[in-house]
Amino acid sequence: MSERNMNGRTPLLEAQGICKYFGGLKAVENVDMKIYAGDIFGIIGPNGAGKTTFFNMCTGNFQPTKGKIFFDGEEITGMSPETVAQKHIARTFQNLQIFKFMTVLENVKIGCHIKTRSNLADAILHTRAYREDERYTTEKSLEILNRIGLSSYRDTLAGNLSYGTQRKVEIARAMALEPKILLLDEPAAGMNPLETRSLMEFIQSLNADGYTIAVIEHDMKFVMNSCNRILVLNFGQKILEGTPTEVKNNPEVQSAYFGKGMVAGEAIQ
Amino acid sequence: MNKIAAVVNRYRALFLVLVFAVLCALPFVIPKALYVRYACNILMFTTLAGSLNAINGYSGQTCLGQAGFFAIGAYTCAIFSTRFGLDFWLLLPIAGVLAALVGLIVSLPTLKLQGIYLSIVTLGASEIIRIIAQTWTPVTGGALGIKNIPYPWLFGLDTFRPKYYYFIFLIIGVVFLFVTNRVLRSRVGRAWISIREDQIAAKSLGVQTSFYKSLNFMYGAFWAGVIGCAYAPFVNYIEASQFSTDTGFNVLAMIVIGGQGTLVGPIVGSVIVTVLTESLRFLENWRYVIYALIIILMMWLRPQGIAGASHSMLAGGKIKRKPIRKGGAQEHV
Repeated sequence: MSERNMNGRTPLLEAQGICKYFGGLKAVENVDMKIYAGDIFGIIGPNGAGKTTFFNMCTGNFQPTKGKIFFDGEEITGMSPETVAQKHIARTFQNLQIFKFMTVLENVKIGCHIKTRSNLADAILHTRAYREDERYTTEKSLEILNRIGLSSYRDTLAGNLSYGTQRKVEIARAMALEPKILLLDEPAAGMNPLETRSLMEFIQSLNADGYTIAVIEHDMKFVMNSCNRILVLNFGQKILEGTPTEVKNNPEVQSAYFGKGMVAGEAIQ
Repeated sequence: MNKIAAVVNRYRALFLVLVFAVLCALPFVIPKALYVRYACNILMFTTLAGSLNAINGYSGQTCLGQAGFFAIGAYTCAIFSTRFGLDFWLLLPIAGVLAALVGLIVSLPTLKLQGIYLSIVTLGASEIIRIIAQTWTPVTGGALGIKNIPYPWLFGLDTFRPKYYYFIFLIIGVVFLFVTNRVLRSRVGRAWISIREDQIAAKSLGVQTSFYKSLNFMYGAFWAGVIGCAYAPFVNYIEASQFSTDTGFNVLAMIVIGGQGTLVGPIVGSVIVTVLTESLRFLENWRYVIYALIIILMMWLRPQGIAGASHSMLAGGKIKRKPIRKGGAQEHV
């Protein structure tokens, strides 16, 4: 798949020499990345490698110290998170930021915000714009809940759900944005192996439907089996961007994960 | 409790009509004019507490300065009706709009602030408004206040009698609840609630939080202004000390006791606090100690307020879950 992408197409999401410094700490240092339409793009690296910081810069939550970010050929560096979201870049959060005291259905309805336009006056007078918006929002949200398999929880307060299910609510909410790219920050964290597996299948089925997905994940099985390209970060720096096979065979990646030095066999000799 | 709620939901329209009929009959049933005055107070505070609840309970911004917006409305009515003879019903929306504009001005510098810092700014703004009212003698009458505010027209009824003025508060209260209910069930209301729940997540979904926070502030200030405008002719005489921060905290106590984030909460709160205020008058200033005790007890025993969401996590209520059908919904994940 990656070969096809290389044929001179513009990447969907591109980072050029992105840096983020917090005082003296170089959280992300000079990282380039290209995600093409149709990819499932994995970002991996040990804890504290700067993955989430990097994500936050792509979505406008952080402003990069240096470097540029392009979406579909347009520069989005310096834009606020809400402006970035209006370009149909959706994301989920590592530490679960769902609306706990809203029902699952309402959570997803917020995701339809940018696709609707009705204002205060429309709401008070129940104008046609309001009715159309509400119909669209409800239908769209129910469709997404159905798709992700949360229909039975539609009227449950999101905060009352189990951790794994809350993660799905967050993905459902992001899907309501009709994202051109979906950025998932550790979607499988807190899920049991069975849930992780079905999440993986779900993400693959989304990808088959044409969604472009970027995912930060620690679960190697998940990453190696579902991503077609992977970016490896360590201490804020890019080690490698390549296919799962390239990543697996790269000595630097191995040392980042397992450390340097002699393997058990060598030590004996 | 749940059974009552179920019955109410089932016959919702009938229930509302019944409540409305009872409320209409109330001033004619109540024997003493003084008690009708209390009923008027309750209705007035219902809207005022409701307007504060629209800010604190729905967008999660902690406003402590509702007395300021209330004062703007009251002075608008008093000044324009005594000096220019403008009609009460015309002044009602004007007072609301003026209060909303002040709300906008207050909200602009506070957009970057949260929690306690925002609260302090609103508290300060409320005090500034009161001090202006107290010192700007040529316009506001200063410490002497403004008296003889004309009574509004209401189908030729003698609105100087609380019995009939009651209906002005009732109309405003009903319109407020109707409109607010509609707003909350819309895109705008959902945006407010999403800001209350998690601002960062709301932003990531494209909600322009600054715009909606300002709008929310203006909405709450608007209704405080409207009810302030209705308050001025009711008491016939206003001066700055009626709009001190005590009034603001009184209203805050109502929504804390009644429950924030529900439409019923402020109603319950205003009934309880007003009844207590009037029935504990014999204790003089000691009644404030009783308020304090009640608020502490509420925080301790039922932090979401009496009418707070009963199936919320804080209430430890049961989780509403429908059984999952086999092979049905759970296909994908």
